[in-house]
Amino acid sequence: MAGKTLYDKLWDAHEVKRRADGSSLIYIDRQLLHEVTSPQAFEGLRLAGRAPWRIDANLATPDHNVPTTDRKEGVAGIEDPVSRIQVQTLDENCEEFGITEFKMLDQRQGIVHVIGPEQGATLPGMTVVCGDSHTSTHGAFGALAHGIGTSEVEHVLATQTLVQKKMKNMLVKVNGSVGPGITGKDIVLAVIGRIGTAGGNGCAIEFAGQAIEELSMEGRMTVCNMAIEAGARVGVIGVDQTTIDYVKGRPYAPKGDLWDKAVAAWQDLKSDPDAHFDKVVEINAADIAPQVTWGTSPEMVLPVHETVPNPERIDDAVKKEGVERALQYMGLKADMPISEIKLDRVFIGSCTNSRIEDLRQAAQVVKGRKVAASLKQALVVPGSGLVKAQAEQEGLDKVFTDAGLEWREPGCSMCLAMNADKLGQGEHCASTSNRNFEGRQGFGGRTHLVSPAMAAAAAVAGHFVDVREFVKS
Amino acid sequence: MKQFTSMNGLVAPLDRANVDTDMIIPKQFLKSIKRTGFGKNLFDELRYMDEGQPDQDCDNRPLNPDFVLNQARYQGASVLLARQNFGCGSSREHAPWALDDFGFRSVIAPSFADIFFNNCFKNGLLPIVLTESEVDQLFSEVEASEGYALAIDLEQQTVTTPGGDVFTFEVDAFRKHCLLNGLDDIGVTLEDADAIRSYEEERRKAAPWLFA
Repeated sequence: MAGKTLYDKLWDAHEVKRRADGSSLIYIDRQLLHEVTSPQAFEGLRLAGRAPWRIDANLATPDHNVPTTDRKEGVAGIEDPVSRIQVQTLDENCEEFGITEFKMLDQRQGIVHVIGPEQGATLPGMTVVCGDSHTSTHGAFGALAHGIGTSEVEHVLATQTLVQKKMKNMLVKVNGSVGPGITGKDIVLAVIGRIGTAGGNGCAIEFAGQAIEELSMEGRMTVCNMAIEAGARVGVIGVDQTTIDYVKGRPYAPKGDLWDKAVAAWQDLKSDPDAHFDKVVEINAADIAPQVTWGTSPEMVLPVHETVPNPERIDDAVKKEGVERALQYMGLKADMPISEIKLDRVFIGSCTNSRIEDLRQAAQVVKGRKVAASLKQALVVPGSGLVKAQAEQEGLDKVFTDAGLEWREPGCSMCLAMNADKLGQGEHCASTSNRNFEGRQGFGGRTHLVSPAMAAAAAVAGHFVDVREFVKS
Repeated sequence: MKQFTSMNGLVAPLDRANVDTDMIIPKQFLKSIKRTGFGKNLFDELRYMDEGQPDQDCDNRPLNPDFVLNQARYQGASVLLARQNFGCGSSREHAPWALDDFGFRSVIAPSFADIFFNNCFKNGLLPIVLTESEVDQLFSEVEASEGYALAIDLEQQTVTTPGGDVFTFEVDAFRKHCLLNGLDDIGVTLEDADAIRSYEEERRKAAPWLFA
């Protein structure tokens, strides 16, 4: 019999019951909650008179709506009344049901997918869910993690389980080492470019290979974060010493004897050598150049030295129309070099790229340089209050502000523009976030997804440049 | 949950691949703490010429005349015909809430994004996967004939065209059962409360750090 994949092992360890109809009840170890997708779930509990099954499995924080500017007045200072009510509602629900919440003024507040790992609330071998598609991030720890809808948030609150069907196993193997200046973001964008935004539909993607093993936990989180942009709800990476070193000593991580027991158990959280995958994609790491999206879907991505595609050279009618529509929305001409795309704003942040390593990489590029005069704004939004504090301790805030970038309070911010940080109509933005959909960062806004180092280089140049050459200049 | 058994409904064609949930319901409307009222902002950026705001009266907003749902012949549509990878992106359940609130009962496409697909079933909205060629046929028929309606039968798992073509589709047994009977799946799961408790006990012994 063939061995098991990591996903198979995680699934088997959490299957409470297989039902006659082929579906399974899967136990959930951790649920992360935020203000946008939870209010209707709490309301559902109240209406049905149900109590949460296991309160300590939940951890909440507001992130999507919170302002990234001055927070002196707390929740009451949120200008948009609709946003304010949503954040207040989370506070009230967590109080009513006794759920731990890192409130807006708590230093531990931040983006759910940053604070879970940061607190050790995400552990190897767990099942982790959240009403947010980027929950795939936590798979970087050898956890089975995926986004769910609000009805499922309520289902997990009420039963500590989900009704699931097993996904297929897909392996994305990134062979060899990436070149200097190439990050987890470039790897995952290159993968999406190769397999498409539906390439992982119905699958759990395991990322493996030397280039993945050589990534830090921050880099691995970036890769798993964007598994959903390849259509896979789940991205997962096997546990190794890098994982264990990251988790050790975090507030929610086990201590003493329990730590030793946990580490012993975590050694098995990798695919067996003879495990069977339904789909396998191999990529040569050395071929990956800095990536930039030019269109309105993450699969519309190219190396920075390329030119924008020409629909005339595309045969498939649906694809051709998609490219034409994207070029029109993005205000780009076929065949123009990507390096000639002029930028209006730069955003460094989001659950994809707002951790300390991301900020260090961006700071290294802008250090001693100035943001281009043609730019309207360049924002740096740390992923949590603790990331912010650490960056300030390292003097990164000063590097950014000296270069002319704005240093903000933590939250989702301009990734989806639910707060005041947004693009104006027609504006081009180099963004370290995860989605370049139409209107995602603001009505009529034009998003280009890049790594933090590429965003920083673009902020200085005012247009896209190859960061590998830029840092030499 | 709302029941779904069978229906016969006017079809609106949305001829575009990779329609994401940001497009179905833009983020400014996710600030609501209710499950209802999203229909007027369904496809907001495609439907209106201006930028929509939460709680805005949409009756006087400028409509995009080219958008399919604004065309007279598709008023009252309850079946949305779409292209591949419909519902990709964010997990927001506001997307099926908006489709439902607008009046759609079913979405037909060659493929769906996983989370959206799952969310539909929780809201009495039936997502149907047909083959590329079947969907192509439906697109050409709906565009050629005003008042084009499809009959959908969940029990039989069939879509029947006005011309009498019958296409069959797959659906998970559990989801079908819940939809046909309008079941609350939390209630169904809680029938297994003992199994959940005994799993928890075993797990607590095997991996106590998960319960610390």
